[in-house]
Amino acid sequence: MSTQTPTQTEESSETDAEADAPSKGDERRDEKRRRAAEERARRQAEEAEKAAADEETVELKVFRYDPEVEGKQEPRFDTFHVPFTKGMTVLDALMYSRDTYDSSLTFRHSCRQAVCGSDAMFVNGGQKLACKTQISELEEPIRVEPLPHAEVRKDLVVDMEHFYDQMEAVEPYFQTNEYPDGELEEQRQTRENREKIKMSTRCIWCSACMSSCNIAAGDNEYLGPAAINKAYRFAMDEREGEDIKQKRLEIIEQEHGVWRCQTQFSCTEVCPKDIPLTEHIQELKREAVKNNLKFW
Amino acid sequence: MHEHDVIVVGAGGAGLRAAIAAQEAGADVAIVSKLHPVRSHTGAAEGGINAALRDADSWEDHAYDTMKGSDYLGDAPAVEALCQESPEEVIQLEHWGMPFSREEDGRVSQRPFGGLSFPRTTYAGAETGHQMLHTMYEQVVKRGITVYDEWHVMELAVTDEEDPADRTCHGVVAYDIQSGEISGFRADNGVILATGGMGQVFDHTTNAVANTGDGVAMAYRAGVPMEDMEFIQFHPTTLPSTGVLISEGVRGEGGILYNEDGERFMFEHGYANNDGELASRDVVSRAELTEVNEGRGIEDEYVHLDMRHLGEERILDRLENILHLAEDFEGADGLTEPMPVKPGQHYAMGGIETNEFGETAIGGLYAAGECACASVHGANRLGGNALPELIVFGKRAGRHAAGEEMGEAEVTTGKEGDWEPADYEFEVEVGETGGQGPAAADGGAVATDPDGVLEAEVERAKARVEELLSREGRNHAEIRSKVQETMTANVNVFREEGRLEETLGDLREAREAYKDVAVSDPSRTFNTDLIHTMETRNILDIAEALTMGALAREEFRGAHWRKEHQERKDENWLKHTLVSWNDGEPELWYKPTILEGENKTYEPKNRSY
Ligand SMILES: Cc1cc2nc3c(=O)[nH]c(=O)nc-3n(C[C@H](O)[C@H](O)[C@H](O)COP(=O)(O)OP(=O)(O)OC[C@H]3O[C@@H](n4cnc5c(N)ncnc54)[C@H](O)[C@@H]3O)c2cc1C
Ligand code: SF4
Ligand code: FES
Repeated sequence: MSTQTPTQTEESSETDAEADAPSKGDERRDEKRRRAAEERARRQAEEAEKAAADEETVELKVFRYDPEVEGKQEPRFDTFHVPFTKGMTVLDALMYSRDTYDSSLTFRHSCRQAVCGSDAMFVNGGQKLACKTQISELEEPIRVEPLPHAEVRKDLVVDMEHFYDQMEAVEPYFQTNEYPDGELEEQRQTRENREKIKMSTRCIWCSACMSSCNIAAGDNEYLGPAAINKAYRFAMDEREGEDIKQKRLEIIEQEHGVWRCQTQFSCTEVCPKDIPLTEHIQELKREAVKNNLKFW
Repeated sequence: MHEHDVIVVGAGGAGLRAAIAAQEAGADVAIVSKLHPVRSHTGAAEGGINAALRDADSWEDHAYDTMKGSDYLGDAPAVEALCQESPEEVIQLEHWGMPFSREEDGRVSQRPFGGLSFPRTTYAGAETGHQMLHTMYEQVVKRGITVYDEWHVMELAVTDEEDPADRTCHGVVAYDIQSGEISGFRADNGVILATGGMGQVFDHTTNAVANTGDGVAMAYRAGVPMEDMEFIQFHPTTLPSTGVLISEGVRGEGGILYNEDGERFMFEHGYANNDGELASRDVVSRAELTEVNEGRGIEDEYVHLDMRHLGEERILDRLENILHLAEDFEGADGLTEPMPVKPGQHYAMGGIETNEFGETAIGGLYAAGECACASVHGANRLGGNALPELIVFGKRAGRHAAGEEMGEAEVTTGKEGDWEPADYEFEVEVGETGGQGPAAADGGAVATDPDGVLEAEVERAKARVEELLSREGRNHAEIRSKVQETMTANVNVFREEGRLEETLGDLREAREAYKDVAVSDPSRTFNTDLIHTMETRNILDIAEALTMGALAREEFRGAHWRKEHQERKDENWLKHTLVSWNDGEPELWYKPTILEGENKTYEPKNRSY
């Protein structure tokens, strides 16, 4: 299976309710769990019937896992049949499934328009933004899994902390030593320079690239394509000045930086914002070489 | 329990700016947000930020345009603050590295926008909001400001004196989405709400799924009035299946709207004989809905926006991102077929009542951004005026909460200035139906010391969650969609008395149904069923106050259209609508609009362009 099996963490619930002997609430919850499982089974049977009657449905096989709910601790796939409508995206189908069949189906989403970067997932074996993926373009049944190479928290939700740490490791903020004197004076930037960094500024932190990268899978400390792209965004911004660029090149040249990349282009292929990640990494390598030559 | 000087709830443009400002003013500040900051909906803004940056422009002109655009329901002191401070705030963003589009000479680009007398909309391609959000989050990372992300704030911890003006906010109670832990966040100096829009009150919106108006509803239940909630901006060109916005640029370039019979209805049915497709947003939205209501809509739902005649070259050159949006979110190819569009909820002009420093009627409680109403947009927001609001008022609220001396406010909060009660009789009962769980300040514990108030609120929140998780009942989703449906059908661009009353009835039923709501997912891990259930309560409170305002305001002003009242009535209605929760018995009242600015008075004129 392409999805990493979630590592079973110790039951380390921080809520005191679980620490002592089972409370009344716990008993009620257990009871509820059992009933919820029955209810799910009933609805799924209904669904299958409906699907047989109605041809315009799509079949989704969705990865399910919850570390603390009985019956979900072992990862499994649930099947959902969703009535197809024109323009339907994978996210629409997931929302329909959740709101109609199983309210515990869990995935991150917010903007529904490919700007918040919440809903990157593994759809039919590729990293995709669910909201930007048309159902009509996919083979059925549609397999929906959490992003590979990340720890699964529940269903389609993965832990993003590692990705955020890498993003924040490259000093991802603008730095300069001089600002224009006048009040209300902006820094000047040429159109060419703004054009040069334009694609790199479009990153929405979805982590699809990181998930697709073999190197990142093998080396947990590798900065990864998105963080290197973030460094590129600043290193190439002429407003920062040469001395800061120097510092930036040192950061991306470290052991787990640009030299790890083996130009496999997987990140570039999956990026929903069409950022030429591999090119950016290659360009930084060239800059770093040029830069080192200066000091020899 | 966590403790900081200032707690900012929300991490969109307003929240991030507030946090940076509070920290610069010396406060220990933390952000609590149900989404990771870069997921906030500020990232969806496309057009730009209005700022009078150039010599040929002036803040006075920007203020004039804004007052006129607001249909004279903006408060001049707030409007003038917006226009005076927007330039320095935009330059501040540039100094933080925001990649604005550039002119030949290397300065930031500005473009014309509807209702503006000067092209002062400063932009970064068609992704201004994305660039602004990320630039500010970068500054938050740089400064090491603490962010509690994926923590859903449930309620405010407010003392419960009889008069809201005597109450104090000491913090918030939040639920950790990852672990299910409920914790108090004590704020020694102040809490700033920056929770964004409330588009999910409607079933078709350009807003995000997370825009459920939580801050507005929490403040309301704690005793802060909601202001001017009936003023909702509907955008005429959104994609039918998702609500994704198709920019006005398509019509600006010559895109044409057609009905099912292939008629160019803006002209052929006489909606706007001069401006046609380029008439103002509310006029076009109403025209489209009329077509659909009279049976000339496509699939009884939408109309067509056609840009094919512009030719591939021009489309690719100027409207490329529109092709992507139509393709990705509607499966439509704008080069070979017309794109389906319909009106969608876009922006809430109203919100939490504040003064021009972001202060609310409750001590220690602030609001900024789309959730707040200072008021700068009045009855109608101009495009490009929301993003500057985030940075100007975010910063002001942050500084004030951190304890900076900022002078006397001119805008009043609560019933501290002139006010008058409304004499409108609603046919349907509104407010608390009982059993929805007591809200903050509903006469619960009488604690007044900060820790006591917070602890009591944490206990209440724990009991509430426990109850929702353990009992049997109905799922919130059907209640939410009923509310969204009735709001979209009846409190839309068309509003008439009978249907508004009906809506109050529907909302009453929804409140009754919500009494039996339960969460069927028993998990403590990432229980989005639970989060959505709590949000639905907020949607209910907002929908009701909004409908009350829409019923009581018997005139046509800005975005608020009434069938029975087709005129702006300045003699009676140069005033703000306020709705106070009043411990479960909502009360409607008014306060006058402030038209006196620093150097001049804005005399109401006809809003024609
Ligand atoms: C498609 C679109 C295009 C637009 N284009 C423009 C434009 O060109 N120019 C312009 O001026 N305006 C534009 N607007 C309007 C403007 O973008 C918004 O009004 C503005 O971005 C709102 O920012 P905010 O900081 O108030 O809220 P948001 O950015 O929505 O942030 C809200 C924050 O609050 C948090 N939050 C909410 N509830 C809770 C809770 N219970 N607990 C904890 N955290 C919570 C969320 O996690 C989020 O971080 C546009 C709006 C849309 C939808
Ligand atoms: S570079 Fe592309 S794939 Fe990677 S996080 Fe950014 S937007 Fe996502
Ligand atoms: S929901 Fe925001 S990127 Fe898909």
